[in-house]
This record gives sequence, structure tokens and C-alpha cells, in this order.
Amino acid sequence: MKKAGKGKGKVVIPGFGMTMGITVSMLSLLILIPLASVMAYSFKMSLPEFAELVTRPNIVQAFITSILCAFIAAVINSVFGVIIAWVLVRYEFFGKRLIDGMIELPFALPTAVAGITLTKMYSDNGFLGKAFERIGIEVAYTKIGIVIAMVFIGIPFVVRAIQPVLEKLPRSCEEAGLMLGASRSVVFRKIIFPEIMPPLLTGFGLALARGIGEYGSVIYISGNSEKNKTQVVSYIIMQKLNSGNVDYEGAAAIALILLIISFVMLFVINVIQHVASKRTSA
Amino acid sequence: MKNNSEKIVKWILIGITVIFLFIMLVLPMFEVIYRALKDGLAAYKTALTAKNTLSALKVTLIATIIALIVNTLLGIIMAWQVTKFDFKGKNVLATLIDIPFSISPVIAGLAFIMTFGRSGWAKPIVDAINNALGTDIELVFSVPAVVLATIFVTFPFISREIIPILNAQGRDEEEAAALMGASGFTIFRRITFPHIKWGLVYGMILCTARAFGEFGAVYAVSKARGKTFTLPLEVDALYMSGTADSITQAFAVSSLLVGMAVIVLILKNIVEYRAKGKKSV
Amino acid sequence: MKKRNYFVSKTVAVALAAVLSVGVITGCGGKENAEDSNKVTITNVSYDPTRELYEAYNELFAKHYKEETGKDIEIVQSHGGSGSQARSVIEGNDADVVTLALAHDITSIEDAGMIDAGWIDEFEGNSSPYTSTIVFLVRKGNEKGINDWDDLIKEGVEIITPDPKSSGGACWNFLAAWDYAKNKYNGDEEQMKDFVAKLYNNVIVMDSGARGATTTFVENGQGDVLIAWENEALLALEQYPDEYEIVTPSISILAEPSVAIVDENAEKNNTVDVAKEYLEYLYTDDAQRIIGENYYRPSNETILNEFADTFDLSVNLCTIDDFGGWDKAYEDFFADGAIFDEIYAK
Repeated sequence: MKKAGKGKGKVVIPGFGMTMGITVSMLSLLILIPLASVMAYSFKMSLPEFAELVTRPNIVQAFITSILCAFIAAVINSVFGVIIAWVLVRYEFFGKRLIDGMIELPFALPTAVAGITLTKMYSDNGFLGKAFERIGIEVAYTKIGIVIAMVFIGIPFVVRAIQPVLEKLPRSCEEAGLMLGASRSVVFRKIIFPEIMPPLLTGFGLALARGIGEYGSVIYISGNSEKNKTQVVSYIIMQKLNSGNVDYEGAAAIALILLIISFVMLFVINVIQHVASKRTSA
Repeated sequence: MKNNSEKIVKWILIGITVIFLFIMLVLPMFEVIYRALKDGLAAYKTALTAKNTLSALKVTLIATIIALIVNTLLGIIMAWQVTKFDFKGKNVLATLIDIPFSISPVIAGLAFIMTFGRSGWAKPIVDAINNALGTDIELVFSVPAVVLATIFVTFPFISREIIPILNAQGRDEEEAAALMGASGFTIFRRITFPHIKWGLVYGMILCTARAFGEFGAVYAVSKARGKTFTLPLEVDALYMSGTADSITQAFAVSSLLVGMAVIVLILKNIVEYRAKGKKSV
Repeated sequence: MKKRNYFVSKTVAVALAAVLSVGVITGCGGKENAEDSNKVTITNVSYDPTRELYEAYNELFAKHYKEETGKDIEIVQSHGGSGSQARSVIEGNDADVVTLALAHDITSIEDAGMIDAGWIDEFEGNSSPYTSTIVFLVRKGNEKGINDWDDLIKEGVEIITPDPKSSGGACWNFLAAWDYAKNKYNGDEEQMKDFVAKLYNNVIVMDSGARGATTTFVENGQGDVLIAWENEALLALEQYPDEYEIVTPSISILAEPSVAIVDENAEKNNTVDVAKEYLEYLYTDDAQRIIGENYYRPSNETILNEFADTFDLSVNLCTIDDFGGWDKAYEDFFADGAIFDEIYAK
């Protein structure tokens, strides 16, 4: 591990033992032990059984659907997230605070409510659904519907990750660039983009991770049709649990893969943040 | 000339922002309100004062408040831990704290069932504790279960808000105070807390918002309508009742949640405004 | 600076006050319940479409119980997909009675050791106080001309039915279609599989439960035909009389939702007698009429005939025994890798 140069690891601030104890014990009690139970269940399977299960076409397909839709949604959120964050930081206009305030709405709105509402809006009876139908696009009960639900829940992640960094970015750099004759797109590419890249990756990763595991908002709008490839991974887990022959091991095994995916993504994000904070403090 | 094109870019970008957010966020809100009020105010009031709705509101408030207290205390401690000290596996610890942030709520519910459920391995331990204390607390399909699930999903919200602030602040002040002999609690109260207080309040607000909106994890451990249901579960139950009336009621209860969300977001805005005001001083 | 500190401490104070008051309120609530011994509480874990039925029945039973014993009874209802409801009981949902969509789900609770063997003979008629069947709900005018099962496999017909892997009702749907195919192709298994494969190929939305499927078809306007419980279809018709029609196919299945006392929980909660009475009372004339009014077929023949206008009593019904009972049917058709997996999404 890279230790910071100064101090040689000598701890002067008191409270290490106590906070470490509380952190580790509560983390274990509330988070790790329950999750370990899930793992324990999935380890009841032998390796060949596990391999057979996770390579079943419908399960592979569900992973593809979840990851693909979450990826598209995260890309959409990244593009719009950068624009929104930029607008909120750089421009003054009427209603700005209102817009700023509503970014977290998807956090606060229950996913079930979001799912039900989006389904209503985009189904053939809903007003947006009708509009899309006229141009020949079906939204509800297709992958597009899943993407829309995931865009909805992912908006705050990207915007809130980039905003603080943009706020700190001095305008003088850009102005200098512009003065020197660089075009605005060059300034954006060469000066601004490198700065917002780490937080953008963080926001992208969080939105992606959230989308892959999403259940409540997706389940109503997806239609859950294996044939149309609109089953998501969370649905498969629930299906295993709801079936007449409850399949705990299968559900736990799929859950374990999801867990590993989110752990890896979060770890990468934490490392990015760590590196970025080192760089700015240096 | 240049100035002009800059203006055009500005308004195009603002336009994109407004249109995107209008379609993605505002329209769904309108849809909820419109559907909730479809049958008139009297029906709306009936839906909100129904016995099941009130019970769900109570459970939601209990779960939210307890989760808020627990997570605030733990959030501060954990953030202090990962920012003020260097130790092996720090990144792993920070990642573990974040896990509930991105985990599928389905898995969260499953995890509690597999641990504390009737056939879960920790059930005998819970029973033994109950026997010893003479209590009868169930950790699945009960209000405590709802509370636990809510704590789980909102676990990292507060530490996530504070950690970047503490990272940016560094440790020099605390180290200096420690060398002068101040106790840990004094250091926290006098030096650390003033730095993090706005981040803390912001994190608490996010935690509240997420706590009363949680669906998937709570759904797995709460089955009795009118007893352990929270508002989002009540919405689902009403929606699933399938009659036109009950669907309108589902949206009425949803609008209550939207209202709560809006209040929380307004609070958040006030906090941010004040925090920024402080910076400029 | 001072002022802002004041703001923070005020916020904290308000939060603390809120916590305390909620604590006090819930604390009192808890005590109240404990002291009130004149009130009995039982929990009925049921499946999705019985919400209205048990709402009405619980009122009737509570009145009866008060008259007979002088005690108040509170019946806590829990609804959801039949399979997941059974699972929740196994996992610790404290049900005194279960009233589920199919016997197989109750058997799985029995297998967990919570219900004594022989429960199916504890109450009349295989412990099914009411039955139902599977019908088609189509949009007014029936433009696609859907009259029987083989109309469902025509090209361009869009079907809504729930996922048999997670919904009990959906299993009944599948078996009814299978029985039709068996008659049509004289038991030629390949052709039968081909038939149901074509049928499920026309399914456009597969919700996780029967209620969700009804909502998708009725409220969200998807599809041409909903394969549904008869009681669900009649309920939709009552809600929107001018928008839907019911089509009864030539062959359907006698769906027997079963009820049972969850012995382990009832003994622990001291509710064996009241649980038994609760389920037995379902067979009384008053209750049977409520059952009929909620579009379930009463098991009492006389009362069933009172509702001859509501139900098509001439439909040819096969039973689960034709499939060798639920446990066998489940293994043959719906277990992982069984017939449903084989034909679907090939």
C-alpha cells in the first residue's frame, strides 16, 4: 500500500481503536453477515452445478439485458449529466434553483411508484406511449422501457458527481485557452474534460451499478418476457424464489454474481476517487 | 460575434437541460398528481385517511427515523475512521461500506431472510436472546425487520457525503490538537464537526429521502398489510388490488410520498443555500 | 456564524423531539395491544386475486365470531403471488391459516414441517371451499375472433398470461391449454408441445403474478386476450362492463384453491380453534354466497346453482387429478428443465 510520505504511519489522532471497532462490528452485523448468508447458500452448490446454472440461456440473457440496458442508460445519463451539471454551474437563469433542487427526486421517489407511473405513461394508453406509437416505437414492455426506467433512477448520480468538481474548476484556464485562440471545443476537450473525467467515471459507475441491480422501477415496465429478452437479473432472482419449487441456491448463486459485479465496480470507483483526491491535494 | 455564439450555446444547453428534466422528472410527477386527483378531492382524502394508509405512514416514519439516527452515528464514525487513519485494506473497507449503495434491493431482502428467517442460521441465536430477555422480537416479517432493511439500504448515505469533505480538509488540525492533548471527542466536536456539519445535514436529508422511498428490500421482509407495510408497499398493494378506484388510491398515496420527497428536497436546498452562504463569508 | 450554528442545533432538536414522540406513540401502542386480551388476532396468508373476497368474508366472520364468543377478532391479510406467499410462511411469516392458489404451495409448507400431513382431508372437498376455472377475457367486439384455445395460436394474436415459473394461476392456465391439446391431438406429445409452444410464442407480456397480468391487460391496454382466472375476468367485467367480453373455451380446468391451518404457528399462537372455525365457516351458506358474489364458484352445489347466471356451468372441466396431482404435475411441467422450459423461448 502506498503510505503517505509524512508521519510514517504514526498515529497521533486518538480514537483509532474505538472507531475501528464500531465500524467493523456494525458493518459486519448490519451488512456483511446478512450478505455472507447469501454466499453461504450459493456455496451449497457444487462448481459444475453453478456453472451449469449461470450458463443457462435465459440467465445469460438476463445478465446481458440488465448490463446492456444499464450501460445504455448510464451513457445517456453521462451525456445529459455533464450538460446539466455544466448548465447548473456556469449559467444564471430563471428557475435554476428549482432545477437544481429536483435532481434528487429519483432518490426520494419510491422505485415502485416510479415503475408504475412510467409504465402508465409509456404504455399504449398513456399519453407518451401514444405519441411514440404514432412514430412506430413501442416503449413500455420493451428494452427501451427498461432503459427509460434506469435513466430515471440514475440521473442524480452523474450530475451530483460532476457538479462539485466543475464548481472548483477555475474559469481562468478556459479563458486563457480561449484568448490564445483555441476553439471552444478544443478548450472543452483539452482543459475541462480531463478534469471532470474522474467524477464522470464515478457517476457513470454508480449509475451503472444501480441500474444492473434495479428491481422496483424496472419490473412493471419490462414485461418480463423471456422471448422478448426483457427479463432482468433481479427478476430471475425473484422468479427462482417465487416458483413452486423454491430454489434458494439458484437465487443465491445469481445474487452472488450481482454482488461481485457491484463490489468490483465500487472498488474501482473508490480507487478512482482516492487517486483523484491524492492528485488534487498534491 | 463570439459573444453571440456563446449565448446561443448557453441557451441550447439550458434548453436541453430543461427539456430532458421535464420529460424524465417533471412529467412523471404530474402524472402521479393527475391520477391521484382524478376522482376528486373527497376520494383523495378518503384514500389518505384510510386505516391501512395511516398504519403504513406510521411504520414508514418509525423506520425512517431509526435508520436516520443509526446511520448518522455510524456514518460519522465510519467517515472518521477511513479519513483520519491509515491502515491496510482501507479501500476495501470503504468499498464494503458502500456496498448497499449499489446492491440490488432484492438481494438485501434475501440476505435478511436467509440470516434471520425461520430456516436462517441466526434464528436460534435470535430465539436464545429473546428467551433470555423474555421478549418476542422477530427479525423477519415484522416492524423491526422493516427497520433493519431500511438501515441496510441507507447505510452508506451519510459517510459518503462526509468522506470527501474530510479528505479535502486533511488531518493537520486534528493532529495539532491531539499533540496539545485534546481528547478524541473534543477534537471531533471542536475541529472536525464544524467542517462537516453541512455535509452531514445533506447526507441526513438524502438518507431520509431514500429511507421512506425504499421498496424492494422492505417488500421481501414485510407481508402484513395494515401491520408492517410501509407507504411504498401500500402503494403496491393498492395498485395490485386492480379496481379502478384502488388504482386511483394507489396514486393518491404515491402523491403523499411525492409530497414528502418535495419537502425533503426543499429542505436540502435550504441547507445548500446556507452552506454556500457560509463559504462566501 | 452563531446564527447558523443555531440553525443546526435547532434542526437537531426538532429531529430529536420527533424521535421521542414517535417512540412514545409506538410504545403506548404496543402496551395497548398487550393488555387487550379480549381481542383475537389471526393472520391469513393468501394469494393475489382473493383480496376482495377475504375483505368481505372477514367482515362476515368477525360479526359471527363476536356474536358467538363476545370477542373481537382481527384478521390480518397478506396477499401476493401464491408461490412467494408460501415461501414467506416457510421463512417465518406468522400465518395461522393459508388460503393459496394451489395445493402444491401448501404441500411445500407441509414439507417444511409446519403443516401436519393429511391437511387436504381436514376440510370438505379437498379443503377447497371454492373453485374457479380458466377463461379468456377479450376486448369488446372480439375482433380477433377468439372462441377457443386453437384461436390463440393464430398469427398476430397477442396474449397476456403470467409466468408459470412464479405464479400459481399461470400454472392452471398452462395445464388447461395442455389438456385442450391432449384432446385435440389424441395425446401425441410432440404435437401437444408444439401447440403450447406456439401459444406461448404469442405471449407478449409475462407478468410475475395473475393480478399484474390483469392490470397489464385492463389498465395498460396491452394484448388481445388475457388468459385469466374466471373470478378475475368477471371482476374486470364488473368494473368495465362495456369494454370487455368473456369467452369460455370448450375445455378448461377445475382450479381448486386450497386452505389449511398452519399447525406450527397456530399452536404457538394459541389460535388452533379460531383458525379451524375461520376456515370451516367458509362452508356455511352465508359465506358461500359471499364467495359466489365475489365470482368464485361455491363448493356447495345448491348455492352454486343460485349463481347459474354468473357462471357458465356447462364448460367441460378437467381436474388436477388428470395430471396425477399437483406434485407430479409440477415436476412434469414447471420444474427447471421440464416441459415449460423446453417449449418456451425455443
